[in-house]
Amino acid sequence: MIEKSLPKPFVREVARTTWYLTRRRDRMHMAQELSSIFIGGYALLLLWGVKALAAGPEAYQAFLTSLGSPLSLGLHWLVLAVTLFHTVSWFGVTPKAMPVQIGEAFLPGGIIVGGHYVVWIALSLFILFVAGVFNGG
Amino acid sequence: MARSNKPLVWSLFAAGGTVAAFVLPALVLITLMAGYGQVPASLSYEDMRTFAGGWLGKLVVFGVITLCLWHAAHRLRTALHGLGLRADGAVAVVGYGIAAAGTFLSVYYLLRI
Repeated sequence: MIEKSLPKPFVREVARTTWYLTRRRDRMHMAQELSSIFIGGYALLLLWGVKALAAGPEAYQAFLTSLGSPLSLGLHWLVLAVTLFHTVSWFGVTPKAMPVQIGEAFLPGGIIVGGHYVVWIALSLFILFVAGVFNGG
Repeated sequence: MARSNKPLVWSLFAAGGTVAAFVLPALVLITLMAGYGQVPASLSYEDMRTFAGGWLGKLVVFGVITLCLWHAAHRLRTALHGLGLRADGAVAVVGYGIAAAGTFLSVYYLLRI
């Protein structure tokens, strides 16, 4: 057998539960993965809001009031930071996730990422405008 | 980026990640303002009923909620594997189960508006 003539293979030991702590890119990867907890949690909050909206004015008002609880406010600041982190990291990989080829050349990654930021800022301003944020409180 | 053999789940993950990246910071800002008592005008009961009463509004709300749920369910699955948990079957059932329940409930509630 060929295998028997080969030297003993080098097996790199990887700590199963702590491997991502060593290198910066692994820490960033795990942070991106864990951002999904907050994205899912916020989606459930929105679902709860839709439930309240369907239930009637009193339930909806109770939902709006509950947004002001210390727990809600604290989590909101955390979720705001996490979603911004998600946006930046998600846009950061777009040149690799969807490269744009024009003829023989590829569109520079910076233009793809920059385009995403332009659309994001425009869309965010549109959402805030439609929500009435700029209607002078 | 996580790779999956299941194109449907991976598509939902990618679509959800994109939707979350584009709209969630603005939405979080809006509910954060509401939490501090500065409720934006269009968040009133009447305006939100009008918005979610139309089919376009229903589609937008449904899309944002369900895509974010499926994104989270799939990414949390790969995250827990990365953290060393070796119970992928159970994690998948619970995660996708919550996403599926959320999808069903969002349709149910939206149709009552």
